[in-house]
Amino acid sequence: MILDGKSPSGPLAEKWDRRRQELKLVNPANKRKYKIIVVGTGLAGASAAATLGELGYNIEAFCYQDSPRRGHSIAAQGGINAAKNYPNDGDSIYRLFYDTIKSGDFRSREANVYRLAQVSNNIIDQCVAQGVPFARDYAGYLDNRSFGGAQVSRTFYARGQTGQQLLLGAYSALSRQIRAGTVKLYPRSEMLDIVIVNNEAKGIIVRDLVTGRIESFAGDAVCLCTGGFANVFYLSTNAMGSNVTAAYRAYKKGAYFANPCYTQIHPTCIPVSGDHQSKLTLMSESLRNDGRVWVPLKKGDTRAVKDIPENERDYYLERKYPSFGNLAPRDISSRSAKEVCDEGRGIGASGRGVYLDFADSIQRLGEDTIRERYGNLFEMYERITGENAYRQPMRIYPAPHYTMGGLWVDYNLQSNIPGLFVLGEANFSDHGANRLGASALMQGLADGYFIIPYTIADYLARTEPGNITTEHEEFGHSREKIASLTDKLLSIKGDKTVTRFHYELGRIMWDYVGMSRSEKGLNTALEKIPALRAEFWKNVRVTGQGHELNQELEKAGRVADFLEFGELMARDALERNESCGGHFREEYQSLDGEATRDDQNFSHVAAWEYKGADNAPEMHKEPLEFENVELAVRSYK
Amino acid sequence: MNLTLYVWKQKSKDQPGELVQYDARNVSPDMSFLEMLDVVNEGLIRENNEPIAFDHDCREGICGTCSQVINGIPHGPQERTTVCQLHMRNFKDGDTIYIEPWRAKAFPVIKDLIVDRSAFESIIQSGGYVSVHTGGVPDANAIPIPKEDADISMDAAECIGCGACVAACPNGSAMLFTAAKITNLAMLPQGKVEAKKRVCMMTEEMLNQGFGNCSNHYECQAACPKGIKVSFIAKLNREFTKAVNIFSEPGE
Repeated sequence: MILDGKSPSGPLAEKWDRRRQELKLVNPANKRKYKIIVVGTGLAGASAAATLGELGYNIEAFCYQDSPRRGHSIAAQGGINAAKNYPNDGDSIYRLFYDTIKSGDFRSREANVYRLAQVSNNIIDQCVAQGVPFARDYAGYLDNRSFGGAQVSRTFYARGQTGQQLLLGAYSALSRQIRAGTVKLYPRSEMLDIVIVNNEAKGIIVRDLVTGRIESFAGDAVCLCTGGFANVFYLSTNAMGSNVTAAYRAYKKGAYFANPCYTQIHPTCIPVSGDHQSKLTLMSESLRNDGRVWVPLKKGDTRAVKDIPENERDYYLERKYPSFGNLAPRDISSRSAKEVCDEGRGIGASGRGVYLDFADSIQRLGEDTIRERYGNLFEMYERITGENAYRQPMRIYPAPHYTMGGLWVDYNLQSNIPGLFVLGEANFSDHGANRLGASALMQGLADGYFIIPYTIADYLARTEPGNITTEHEEFGHSREKIASLTDKLLSIKGDKTVTRFHYELGRIMWDYVGMSRSEKGLNTALEKIPALRAEFWKNVRVTGQGHELNQELEKAGRVADFLEFGELMARDALERNESCGGHFREEYQSLDGEATRDDQNFSHVAAWEYKGADNAPEMHKEPLEFENVELAVRSYK
Repeated sequence: MNLTLYVWKQKSKDQPGELVQYDARNVSPDMSFLEMLDVVNEGLIRENNEPIAFDHDCREGICGTCSQVINGIPHGPQERTTVCQLHMRNFKDGDTIYIEPWRAKAFPVIKDLIVDRSAFESIIQSGGYVSVHTGGVPDANAIPIPKEDADISMDAAECIGCGACVAACPNGSAMLFTAAKITNLAMLPQGKVEAKKRVCMMTEEMLNQGFGNCSNHYECQAACPKGIKVSFIAKLNREFTKAVNIFSEPGE
């Protein structure tokens, strides 16, 4: 089947206005008759729930955390892009659009990306009005910094905690609506299934994580804002609880999963220190503004930093990409780091690391300036490694960080199932094959504050409010299925812990479906993952009971889904016989090792349809048509 | 290194709890405190025992989920550090470590080391926001804000809402948490419009939720993983005094 993204016609700059004119409205008196379920309360979920509540809809919002303020958006450090052009350095909506689409290696939908750039400015205005304390200059105006993949300074920031401040802004708007009674919040609640009635999304099944009760919630529409799936790699920069379960279970109910192989491996993370490691910590990419990335020129050089003279250091990003230098985009920086480590020039005990060196900047700007800019990041680095980065370079290595792939949505953010909307990282729509730095916060808030309020009305206006209740048999079926899944997990009583299975899956994914992929490796993954999954269902040990707070059971359900989802990722990566953005296939590279796209055959979105446990999923294509940009070789040299 | 742990175990809110002894063997100094507990839990599961339940999520010191009192100190011995960022190099071989949940009337224990912090939600919901709708706001640069004010606002806004301040306070007071939100907004022109109402609503809710009063012990500041200062409590008191004086004027 050929999928239609339903982009509006007309000139690029007018598409969103045109669509907004076409969309139906729900009148103010009728809004309160509709109930919308919002799952997840990170930037996308909190901003959507708050805004829809303000408009007068009844909202039920769910999060697995104890507070909506703890969604993992909170950990974003560096900043948020907007095309304000405050620094007068040549930025524009079109340039932000172009940088985003180029960074995505021409694998995203033009109209979506342009709209994202258009609303970026409204986001900054909104956040300032909420009291988000962005960084300012001495005249009292907003400050900007530069970021990877761009040659203008368009990134707004709040020290190294931009995500935290934006989320607290959205959370405060959400809290106001909870107080007003338009939003009812269900914390410590995990969505375990979506309920589809007559092919429309009409509710969810939730496990109360404190009592263990399985409960039904009906609504007129469902918004999934449940983030990304980087934890399929076991070690990632995601929170421990971040998971694919909500999205994957929607996929199993018929929602298409688009481009699952597009994952972003972030170049600047603290290297792994040992087998006990439970997660990886990101060091903001903004550090690359003032830090220089290098490794020794010679293989196996174990000399201390101070003993390696300048002419025996290889500043490989500056050498290979002179016009972007240390600010080369994420996928390229990560791959370059892997390359030099594969050559045996990596640093640290494991040899999987490169230096990020601030010595030049400290000499040029003084330690105080560097402390002002990145103080909290340097502190965090010292806490984890015990090393002082003002005195010696940081050691960094790439780590799974963000997933561009996600549930397929049309221009209105609606999945192929009517009434099921997907926002933020959970959808696939805006970042193509590689996300531009400082664009995740932008997309989450764009979807929640400025897009869903318009597009969801168009769906609701065509439906009868409250016509499906939890009495409907589909809710009963779904509850039974979830209850039996829980019983099954608890009854296996095998020998291996859930975490061990997750760890082993992560190794397979990192080795064969990670930064660099090959046909042979992907086929190996496609053998190993089902074998591990079969072992899981025979030999996993989940302690405790279903009707209680049981963190092992929570983990087991999530890992069970990752064990299926990993296979879908590998399959998608195998089908895509080209290299683009974060998807690098060793067979498809230029002589100098750069990714080689195949626009003739792969300028499409691959959206997968679940066909049952015993059948291969079916791939549907959405052709990507570019009316405004020319597909160029992505060069940062 | 090898450690002896005494961990608070409590089946549920209504059942009594007790300290239970565990051994942590072969602990690496590079592990985080929570990774040490992960290893202990993996061992417990392998022996068919119930693991220790504890709250945690981002493991990079920003989400504010982790909440453990270690040897009597919320978040443990290292200054300005959450439990998830505390590393085992701060301990030595043979140490005995006591691990307890936050202890406060307003934070009932749910299970083991997990407590219910929804009282904080109620405080924010009572007024910790600017009442602005989405859309229709002026350009972000329309109102310049002195850098010094924005910086103070940001200092306060760094609060991660973990509740260590409450756990550290002999009165179980939420003054530091509330003051941080009040200051974050009171320093900005956008927050000034509702400042008086906000401070009254939030302090009242704080008392309603069973938090105690501040009697200047400053334990909250010592325990805060983000270095939120008690001077913000002075700011809260000043905002409150201003608000109450205005409210008591004739005609108000």
